[in-house]
Amino acid sequence: MRRVAYSLLAPFVALAQQPAGEDRIAALEQAAAAAQGSADNAWMLASTALVLLMTGPGLALFYGGLVRKKNVLSTLMHSFVLMALASVMWAVIGYSLAFGDGNMFVGDLRFAFLDGVGMEPNGDYAGTIPHLTFMAFQMMFAIITPALISGAFAERMKFSAMVLFTILWLLIVYFPMAHMVWGKGGFMNAFGDGPLPCFDFAGGTVVHITSGVSALICAIYLGKRHGYPHEPIKPHNLVFSFTGACLLWFGWFGFNAGSALGASGLAASAFVATHLGAAAGALGWLLAEWMRSGKPSCLGGISGAVAGLVAITPASGFVKPMPSILIGFAAGLVCYFMVVAVKHKLGYDDALDAFGVHGVGGTLGAILTGVFATKAVNDGLGTAALGMVDGNGFQVVNQTLGALFAWILAAAGTWVILKICDVLIGVRVPADDEIQGLDLSQHGEEGYILES
Amino acid sequence: MKKIEAIIQPFKLDEVKEALKAIGVDGMTITEVRGHGRQKGHKEVYRGQEYNVDLLPKIKLELVLPEGRVAEAIQTLTQSARTGKIGDGKIFVYEVAEAIRIRNDDRGDAAL
Repeated sequence: MRRVAYSLLAPFVALAQQPAGEDRIAALEQAAAAAQGSADNAWMLASTALVLLMTGPGLALFYGGLVRKKNVLSTLMHSFVLMALASVMWAVIGYSLAFGDGNMFVGDLRFAFLDGVGMEPNGDYAGTIPHLTFMAFQMMFAIITPALISGAFAERMKFSAMVLFTILWLLIVYFPMAHMVWGKGGFMNAFGDGPLPCFDFAGGTVVHITSGVSALICAIYLGKRHGYPHEPIKPHNLVFSFTGACLLWFGWFGFNAGSALGASGLAASAFVATHLGAAAGALGWLLAEWMRSGKPSCLGGISGAVAGLVAITPASGFVKPMPSILIGFAAGLVCYFMVVAVKHKLGYDDALDAFGVHGVGGTLGAILTGVFATKAVNDGLGTAALGMVDGNGFQVVNQTLGALFAWILAAAGTWVILKICDVLIGVRVPADDEIQGLDLSQHGEEGYILES
Repeated sequence: MKKIEAIIQPFKLDEVKEALKAIGVDGMTITEVRGHGRQKGHKEVYRGQEYNVDLLPKIKLELVLPEGRVAEAIQTLTQSARTGKIGDGKIFVYEVAEAIRIRNDDRGDAAL
């Protein structure tokens, strides 16, 4: 203990012994940088863990409660297997394809197998935290993004096909998309002189539009669940869903405020925007539901909170608190309308509304980021006007084009990947297996064994 | 011997049990069942998807009693299970051919 205390004090002891002058100033600067690095690293490691919490148990429980009890384990597995699979893929090749220099569209292989990713910061992305911390933080995004899609194909996709689908989807859609928006030299990276500068603070486009639109394609390609919509397909445990949604809300502080990549004022701003977005989203959905169907439901409240969180994600590091309330509230209303009215009109079976919440909320958030982004919150571009409120109305067009590009890449990529999976192993379980439930047919176990 | 089969509201079970115990009826078998008579179900809405639930949770209670106890038991049951609203349930009475206690082969009323 004494030795630890001494080592912590060492820079100051050294300072005291030095003569005045440049040496002393240099040592002070070094001590200040070390202190900032420690603070940033502490917040970023905590944020990294928070983002993992969003997938398991957050999203897993949210989705797991919404399916029938015969599919609860298979739905939990859709999230859990990604905590394993996407992590390993990220370390082997994903991080490099997303954040290696490469070209405008995809990274190169310089960081493959985490070569050169160590304790020294990478100044291109986050100059105050270990490169490993940055890599691990981004890894958690690569886990949750494909997990979000599982809401669309729940209760009917083969597990083997889901694994193959995810591997290809990460390679073809996610890694390139992350590079284009966040990677050095990326096509849409507003802070790296990309030709189509888009603001996406924590992944509205990269995470929610790509996963939401891919979910829509999956729902259409796989077709409806057996019996939908004529037979009752009710959520089997909304208490799970409630718990999961609240864990998502909690973990989202890591997702958004962590995207500041340091324990900064910007992180605090994103934290507040995130919370208000979720709160207003819940209010928006509840209000719409109360007026339309006469009763405000618990499922409606948590769905609205998630919709608000999705929409505030790209905006969280760019907008002031009051616009974040507007964005969240708008997402609650619009996503409610999508899920209860438009989905039934169009007739596709997006089982758990991955598109209705993430695709629609993500797109809305991307566009509204262009409206409300302000240099008063984010000085990443110096004194340049950011969004419409700063007088740069054209940013709304940029944001819309960026969202459109993500829609096209996600839709086309997903369609091709599903075709490949279908030809190789078939994407949908046989009808008998579906009726029996995926827990038994895919995993050989049951979630609830009451007689044991 | 008669068998009394009563379908009652789940929340009335404790009251019914206490009332039966008070008149000296101790043995019974209960099952959680679902069903409906004239009682209408209710509507549930999950993200805009409406479901009409018409099979409602009920408790089925079965008793086998000597002839002499049946009338009293039925009266106790109706009084304790009644709320006066639709959905209170029904009682059915059957003849029982034989009763056998597995432990010692007692037969008839002695087995009850």
